[in-house]
Amino acid sequence: MTAATAPAPIVRGRDIAKQFRGAAGDVVHALDGVSFEIAAGSLTALVGPDGAGKTTLLRLTAGLLVANSGSLQVLDIDVAHDPQAVQSRIAYMPQRFGLYEDLTVQENLDLYADLRGVSKEERRTTYPGLMEMTALGPFTRRLAGELSGGMKQKLGLACTLVRSPELLVLDEPTVGVDPLSRRELWEILLHLVRDQHLTVMLSTSYLDEAQWCQHVLVMHEGRVLAQGAPNDISGVAAGRSYLAEPPAGQKARDLQARLLDDAAVVDAVPEGGLVRVVCAEPLEHAAAPIQSLEGVKTTLTPPRFEDGFMILLRRVATPRSAAPRMTMDEPAAAPAGERGAEAEVAVSDLVRKFGTFTAVDHVSFEVQRGEIFGLLGPNGAGKTTTFRMLCGLLSATAGTLRVTGVDVRAGGASARRRIGYVAQKFSLYAQLSVTENLDFFAGAYGLKGDRKRDRVAWALRQFELQPFATEQSGRLPGGFKQRLAMAAALLHEPETLFLDEPTSGADPQARRDFWRRITLLAAGGVTAIVTTHFMEEAEYCDRIAVMDAGHILAQGTPAEIRRRARPIPGHETTMEDAFIAIVETSRGVDPTERSPVTESP
Amino acid sequence: MLAALYRILALARKELLAVLKDRRSRFSLLLPPILQCLVFGYAATYDLTSVPYAVLDQSRDPASHDLLAAIDGSGVFHRVANLDRAADIATYINEQRVVLVIQIGQDFERQLASGKSAEIQVIADGRNSNTAGTATSYVGAVVGTFNASWRAAHGGSGPAISVTSRAWYNPNLETRWAFIPSLIVTLTLNQGLLLTAMSVVREREDGTFDQLLVAPFRPVEIMIGKTLPSMLVAIVQATNALLVAELWFRIPFAGSFVTLYVGIVVFLLATVGIGLFVSSVSATMQQAMIYSMVAIMPFSLLSGLTTPLSSMPRSLQYLTLINPLRYAIDLARRVYLEGAGFGVIVSDLWPMALIATVTLSAATWMFRRRVQ
Amino acid sequence: MTGVAHGLRDRVRGSLRRTWALVRKETRQVVRDPSSIAVGVVLPLILILLFGYGLSLDVQHVGVAVVLEDPAPEAAELAAGFQLSPSFSAHVVRSMSDAEHLLQTGDVDGIVRVRSDFTRRLALGDVTVQLVVNGVDGNRARIIEGYSQGAIGEWAARRAAEGFGGAVEPVIVQDRMWFNEANDSHYFLVPGLIVLVMTLIGALLTSMVMAREWERGTLEAMFVTPVRPGEILLGKIVPYFFLGMIGLALCLLSAKFLFHIPFRGSVWLLAATSALYLLVALAAGLSISSATKSQFVASQITLVATFLPAFLLSGFMFDLRSMPTPVRLLTYILPARYYVTLLQTIFLAGNVWGIVLPDAAVLATMAALLLLLARVLTRKTLA
Repeated sequence: MTAATAPAPIVRGRDIAKQFRGAAGDVVHALDGVSFEIAAGSLTALVGPDGAGKTTLLRLTAGLLVANSGSLQVLDIDVAHDPQAVQSRIAYMPQRFGLYEDLTVQENLDLYADLRGVSKEERRTTYPGLMEMTALGPFTRRLAGELSGGMKQKLGLACTLVRSPELLVLDEPTVGVDPLSRRELWEILLHLVRDQHLTVMLSTSYLDEAQWCQHVLVMHEGRVLAQGAPNDISGVAAGRSYLAEPPAGQKARDLQARLLDDAAVVDAVPEGGLVRVVCAEPLEHAAAPIQSLEGVKTTLTPPRFEDGFMILLRRVATPRSAAPRMTMDEPAAAPAGERGAEAEVAVSDLVRKFGTFTAVDHVSFEVQRGEIFGLLGPNGAGKTTTFRMLCGLLSATAGTLRVTGVDVRAGGASARRRIGYVAQKFSLYAQLSVTENLDFFAGAYGLKGDRKRDRVAWALRQFELQPFATEQSGRLPGGFKQRLAMAAALLHEPETLFLDEPTSGADPQARRDFWRRITLLAAGGVTAIVTTHFMEEAEYCDRIAVMDAGHILAQGTPAEIRRRARPIPGHETTMEDAFIAIVETSRGVDPTERSPVTESP
Repeated sequence: MLAALYRILALARKELLAVLKDRRSRFSLLLPPILQCLVFGYAATYDLTSVPYAVLDQSRDPASHDLLAAIDGSGVFHRVANLDRAADIATYINEQRVVLVIQIGQDFERQLASGKSAEIQVIADGRNSNTAGTATSYVGAVVGTFNASWRAAHGGSGPAISVTSRAWYNPNLETRWAFIPSLIVTLTLNQGLLLTAMSVVREREDGTFDQLLVAPFRPVEIMIGKTLPSMLVAIVQATNALLVAELWFRIPFAGSFVTLYVGIVVFLLATVGIGLFVSSVSATMQQAMIYSMVAIMPFSLLSGLTTPLSSMPRSLQYLTLINPLRYAIDLARRVYLEGAGFGVIVSDLWPMALIATVTLSAATWMFRRRVQ
Repeated sequence: MTGVAHGLRDRVRGSLRRTWALVRKETRQVVRDPSSIAVGVVLPLILILLFGYGLSLDVQHVGVAVVLEDPAPEAAELAAGFQLSPSFSAHVVRSMSDAEHLLQTGDVDGIVRVRSDFTRRLALGDVTVQLVVNGVDGNRARIIEGYSQGAIGEWAARRAAEGFGGAVEPVIVQDRMWFNEANDSHYFLVPGLIVLVMTLIGALLTSMVMAREWERGTLEAMFVTPVRPGEILLGKIVPYFFLGMIGLALCLLSAKFLFHIPFRGSVWLLAATSALYLLVALAAGLSISSATKSQFVASQITLVATFLPAFLLSGFMFDLRSMPTPVRLLTYILPARYYVTLLQTIFLAGNVWGIVLPDAAVLATMAALLLLLARVLTRKTLA
């Protein structure tokens, strides 16, 4: 690091507490005695599950909220006392960066340059750099509303950087951004910290990103569980991370599901055909052998950041009461693997044009009954368009598509009754309570009387929503909103489930719960088609397809796709590497030109 | 068929919950119509109850004194000043201290005594010529009475001809009686239209609309499910306004409720059709709100609510034929005040039914086009 | 000293640059949203045409049924008076029941009944004509009564002049309508229309714009810049102010050249007072918007609080003095009331300082208070 002698910290927080008044008049402790420091020229990440208080802490730092107690000095200014003095010198990018969608890229940039007092001469030198860095140069005249998610995020970042701030505060800058754009964003950030000695404070739900920071705050329910260098956090799991090989004939995700049920196991995720297991104690020290690992070959592996994080969380949070066990009311029609003559979902030569732009270009794939099929691709690849056509929300320009044997769009009500759809962003009625939402969707799908009551009760039970039954659904914590969306889509027991980025912005625990449910459903014969930006989640799928620019670039099992990656010596090949290699090869980028971001600065 | 009905009911129920659950929104839907009905009921009257005036009496004799006493005793006029100079008239009128000035000339009594007509001058502030005209006609009425008693007292011959006047349906000619029944339907127009327009756009802005389209609803079921609750809310508002009219203002209801409600339902069908159409062409809630206003204003102005239809030029009168509110106001007044039955209001019902058919078909067409 | 002056100058310059950037941004958004054009231009045009050509309180061509039960020429002459008058469109019928039927179906609004003993009683010098009006629209009914009495009076006067006798009216009212000699209702409808247009442009658009920024989350990032809340407000006020002034210009031009409303006061005074009122409306809209932070609720409040009150409670349609005290007191807090008086005075009466100065002072106070309120409600903090 450049700092030989420790410079004065940019941010100093002591015993910060912040309370909000809840909906029912109860007091919610968003922050409870948080102390931290941020060194000049460093990159600090806040990580933690939903409701940890990350956004509140960032907003306090930016002077948008005032703490109830404690002191917070930013740039040696008491931010509660003189927020404007701080706001004039720092830059902040909120979770939902509010670009003016009816202004062009250039107009958005100019607005922020004017607000920050950047002179015309300065712009001549900064703009080209920003444009090159964000690759937005060719799109300056495009309306911000017409940019893809990743480009919007980059423009938001550019707007905060029109004048190099003394502190850059970013709230979840990479949510909803595809792996490629995510890497590009991080390259920009690391470059800024390295070359311009910018100080950055950000929050993220991608734990792999924490590894690129100098300092990490692990937060949970308004408190700091641990802070330090990323290696300190990973070190917590030293000697407890293993790779387990599923016995022949067993899927990695089935072994993972079994492991998660074991109280002696802190965490388990499928990884490269194996299962990464984090045990509560090193296996050799364990009092009793772990039952679920009986007869499974395990090898000790260096811990990842996420492993340490899960152990830290486990220390304060009670282990999950009971893993969700999906019980279907009726036995599933046909178990997985017992393939009928026709695929459950069949798409061939599907084309969709918007004007002259082809969003989906001759896409073909088939999904068998009971399969989990993953659709991966950068923002704007055509995944959502494909989804919308499959669900009958959009007509196809050409090609055929069959879901459970019919075209949903032509099949009308009876065809739509056989599918379930969970949209990209939370799209239930925020004003209504959990039960009211469920009642409505039950009615919408024609359930009535006892059957309706049973199914709603089933949903509340299965998704552990009972405590929130009368809560307004817009006020639910993020993970519970997602559960409610799933519950609503499953009330009528659809044969096929479409899930569009269901885990975007969800915390690690919520994501594990989600996949647990999906795999159980698939075991019960439900076909699931899922899009995601978390590449490691592709490991849960039976098969995946990688899309870009409307084309399918690769299709196969996770293992088959992973083999397409360019191996890096000493670096374990991940699904993300494979994904980036496939997309970049197709785009004609020579992968060797790009330095992998993981080679830390 | 039954399944479709069931789905529509589920949607309508959800829609009502969404609108009425939030306290702020429930409040803003149910209270304003009652308040508006009360305030506008009192405000909207062309009847004058208090007219400040000044007198420039250059005659100052018993006759002029009697005449002014008659005016002061009318209960409507109250004298603000007795002027001494004609030059003061301008000040009082210009600064709106008075609505009118009565000027009585020097030879007033002499003229009267000689059996000739004596003239008095009434100078009115024509900035609001409607008020001025009404006030002047009130003076005329007082003078008429004065004339009759003068003749009786001084033995002049009676008038050659007299007019006895009687008003049907509204014996005291209170403007409020005409205004409040019209207000009942005008308020339902505002809410029925805006609520329907907002309800679809809101789902689109919140991203919940796709979820509806993926469920086994047919477009026409969504439309019915969306419009029924708006109509229901509007009918509740109409009922509230009706109660204010009957119980507070004590305007006697002459007709049958069945007739009135049938009329309101037909009118609302036309209205929600327009609301759905607005929601189909709006991309945002702001646009839905503004386009609704752009529709509501001409509808209210060309309905006969505040100005009579027959005073409009021919071409505009033809234009009002496509305004559902025009028929609804006519219908409400006739049923409420005249006690008209179906036989009479059928001439209002069928044009509204026709308009409803057109707007609902257009909305269905637009809706299907937007959905597909 | 110079250092302080220098610093101040830099601060003012920075503030101006930020405000100007926000004004430009807002203007672009206004120009690109079809709905702001709808409010700024289309709505004023619709209103101008409706008020100018459509609405009128003047009663013309009233349908009346004249029941001629007496076939004598004197009676027919009386009926002819109704048939020839431009105020009436008369149907002559023979029986009262026919006339009543016409009244019930709405074909006529009044019945003039000339009884069978008309000629006989006329000779005796004591004859009565019966008038029945449809009272549903009380105002109209009263006007019909007045017109009918006028028509009958004319007939009587004509007879008197022809030497058939009849009494001289002891007192005759000679009325003169100042400022509007022709008694043309456009004279007060068009100034009223300006009030509606200015209210709508001022409050309708601004009531949504701040709420929209809150809902879309565009303010959060902007707050963490050197921008001050006052600059954000000013950035919103300036473009909509100009949009409102364009609407005003449209209305003034049409008042002068389309409807030939006399313009007796100073156009600059009118523009200045309109600017004051526009500021009041803008500040009110921005306050509603900042207080609710929700487009749905803001739209409901604006609907209730702007159009109908400006239309019905401003004194433009209905006389304020005749309203019951609680309602009249309510009108004192409505800025539209002062603006209506100002407009009618400056248009038709001239620069009457006794009215202009106090009313303009009230508007200026309201503008200042509401701007202050908007400023207080616009805080750079969340939640």
